[in-house]
Amino acid sequence: MSDQQRPDTSPPDGKGTSQFFQDLTGLGIDWRSAVLVPVLAIITALLVGVVVIVFTDLEALRLWGSDPGAALSKTWSSVSGGYKALFVGSFGSLRAISETMVGAAPLILAGLSVAIGFRAGLFNIGTEGQMLIGGMSAILVGVAFQLPLFLHLPLALIGAAIGGAVWGAVPGILRAKTGAHEVITTIMLNLIALNLVVYLLKSSLFQAEGRTDPISETVAVSARFPRLFGYLHDSQVRVTAGIIFAVLVAWFIYWLLFKTTLGFEFRAVGMNPDGAHYAGMNVVFLYGAVMAVAGALGGLAGADQILSILYRGSPGFSAGIGFDAIALALLGRSHPAGVVAAGVLFGALRSGGQVMQVETDLSIDLILVIQALIVVFIAAPALIKAIYRVRTGRAADLPTTGWGT
Amino acid sequence: MELQLRGITKRFPGVLANDSVDLTARSGEILGLLGENGAGKTTLMNILYGLYTADEGQIIIDGQERHFEGPGDAIEAGIGMVHQHFMLVPVFTVTENVVLGVEPTNFAGIMDMKEAAREVHEISSKYGLEVDPEAITEDIPVGIQQRVEIIKVLFREAEFLVFDEPTAVLTPQEVEEFFGIIRGLRDAGKAIIFITHKLKEVLKISDRIAVLRDGKVVGHTTPAETTQEALAEMMVGRPVDLLVAKDVASPKEVVLRVDDVFVTDTRDQITVKGLSLEVKAGEIVGIAGIQGNGQTELVEMLTGMRPAASGAVYLNGEDVTDEGPRGIHSRGVAHIPEDRQRRGLVMNFTITENIVLNTYYDPPYSKGIVMDWDAAAAAAAKLVELFDVRTPSISIPANSLSGGNQQKVIVAREFSRDVKLIIAAQPTRGLDVGSIEYIHGRIVRARDAGVAILIVSTELDEVMALSDRLLVMFDGKIVADLDPTQVSATDVGLYMAGATP
Repeated sequence: MSDQQRPDTSPPDGKGTSQFFQDLTGLGIDWRSAVLVPVLAIITALLVGVVVIVFTDLEALRLWGSDPGAALSKTWSSVSGGYKALFVGSFGSLRAISETMVGAAPLILAGLSVAIGFRAGLFNIGTEGQMLIGGMSAILVGVAFQLPLFLHLPLALIGAAIGGAVWGAVPGILRAKTGAHEVITTIMLNLIALNLVVYLLKSSLFQAEGRTDPISETVAVSARFPRLFGYLHDSQVRVTAGIIFAVLVAWFIYWLLFKTTLGFEFRAVGMNPDGAHYAGMNVVFLYGAVMAVAGALGGLAGADQILSILYRGSPGFSAGIGFDAIALALLGRSHPAGVVAAGVLFGALRSGGQVMQVETDLSIDLILVIQALIVVFIAAPALIKAIYRVRTGRAADLPTTGWGT
Repeated sequence: MELQLRGITKRFPGVLANDSVDLTARSGEILGLLGENGAGKTTLMNILYGLYTADEGQIIIDGQERHFEGPGDAIEAGIGMVHQHFMLVPVFTVTENVVLGVEPTNFAGIMDMKEAAREVHEISSKYGLEVDPEAITEDIPVGIQQRVEIIKVLFREAEFLVFDEPTAVLTPQEVEEFFGIIRGLRDAGKAIIFITHKLKEVLKISDRIAVLRDGKVVGHTTPAETTQEALAEMMVGRPVDLLVAKDVASPKEVVLRVDDVFVTDTRDQITVKGLSLEVKAGEIVGIAGIQGNGQTELVEMLTGMRPAASGAVYLNGEDVTDEGPRGIHSRGVAHIPEDRQRRGLVMNFTITENIVLNTYYDPPYSKGIVMDWDAAAAAAAKLVELFDVRTPSISIPANSLSGGNQQKVIVAREFSRDVKLIIAAQPTRGLDVGSIEYIHGRIVRARDAGVAILIVSTELDEVMALSDRLLVMFDGKIVADLDPTQVSATDVGLYMAGATP
């Protein structure tokens, strides 16, 4: 008897994807609230950010007792100055836009990695680890060969995708065959990847000649993403073809999910594994396949980090992008177009946040607070809907349906 | 005591769920509230129970107008609700479930379970609701669990008892016992509101009947003054054919042969125990049986979703025992699954996506790996028309359709393929009269076109009316092979219970 017939291929709960998961990831909602809720979440987070700025401006707070007018103008200037710097630093100049795009490219690829997992009902927390393995694979290819750019760069990317895919497929197969939950296995594989990278960077295979610390050789120029504005000879305009690659990959994932039979199967498994099994789909294969694709995307995110910016590997070069990607995929409602938009936003917050930190006395940590707030509002859509009195398309939850339905 | 609803109106975006509804329930009387799914029965009862607030209208108890902010107020006013889906904690004892939320305490404020058990016992003996107060809820049969729900309501001193589709989960024998119980409650002076869409039951049990259609009360009557046909017409708004019109079957070659199969359930218990049967082209074979006698596992095994532990299945002479779901349906088998929302549909998918759910991988719906959504949409548009699925669009998700229309989407998908065998489990469960009539008609037409049909249903009336040959399944085996025109429902009921008439 082949495995695909066995009924225990459905998730352990046996009830399909939960309503909470669907709400959280934006799977089962109409497009109107899929756009509206994230936009309102961003606005709300920025407004709460104002409150944070006001209550951390000690000088202004002291003035409220003696001179409320001065306090008000001081508060106003720190809020407006902060948000102005944030905007100027992300979109105010070619250099700012370039930095936004530098940040956006790996975020988009990593966000797609998480989003495609959501689409298939899987919670891929492992993008960080998949980035590390993919990035290491890219370094291996980038250092080992001397080839022309049109061969070398694609080869490095393919290597990264394969490395990430293998790393990603493992939790998918474990989930399908044994029911081991991918949240646990991907988190554990992140830790393994993190330490494996340190180990590999000190091995003779990777370690730069003459170094004792864990750092790799630099990848060949022919394996790097070319800079888009290289002709300006302005070292501060760093944006590379990586951003174009990321957008093309997003388009490809959109095509895969919505225009192909494999994408139809991914989405069917994501919405209802029992229904997918009924329809004759091979749930074991699909869980493995979707995690392999997610891993490949994570690997490409790691490759972009190396081939666009760093050019060499050091411990933890993934820089938490794989975790930001979870927030990003949620904000993008697990849709490739949404992920691109959210990736640009997060890239802008990173780039603008640095300028804000330099030009005002606000800490860049404010950006993390705003990002976290966005996720809170996305994860609790009822809150946003209550604040703004939004009606959504889904039928009202009928209170008479009891437990277990 | 008297409960009056006056001019109750409730609007949801785009829907008028209740349109100035007037109803009266009195002590010592059973009011049958009849209506199709979506007629507004449940909305009305949610208003009565304080879960919704009416846009207009009044709730009057003994001449006094009441306002309910929530179920607490409704319970306070003496209204008790027994839901279709039980609200019991499976691991608690009967007593614990009954007192949940209103636990009796002793002078020190400590829960007094002895007192609680005593009160539960008192209520159960007073109203003839036999139940063991110490039993764990998940271990007792569904019929007894329903008694626990009733005791729960009585424990809260309800005078008005609302039952929402109470017989949907019961076996024929349990339904009889249940009717005995609510007659007892009525005679003890309670007011009963019995919500259902089953004509037979409402005629059998009610003192008065109110019929709801499209949110309006379209008629009041009593069982003495009306018939099933008249009620059905009131409920649906047009004459309905309640009998399944069909000619005598002319069975041909054997399509499905099942030979001594054993199947285990998800907990590895053997539930199908050496079952054999045959279904011929051009005949409808019905399997009657009480839920949980192996029917679910049998159907899952036949459709490739569950492996057989031993035995063999032949389709047109070919051994298909080890085939998976795709292998089965690509050989011309249609499967209408028991649980349409869990298996038959992907609820968040559009109608188009659901129409191609198990044929998407073949032309014309895809070429290679690329889907042709235009072809799929064209097929969906045609089938929605042909199978009378009531929907504003084929690109809305299945979960925004009514239950009857969801089932029609499945029927459309399964019947539109070139099939030789149809396996239908509970094909009309929970559907309204109009949809049932339609689906039965489709099944008979398929039979007349030479398709072999296997129907598994716990609705005895349905299998009796539809089948050309009636098998009774008990404890994992076929215990009787009957001619439905020559056997009484009572005798079939006895076979179903494992006895011999």
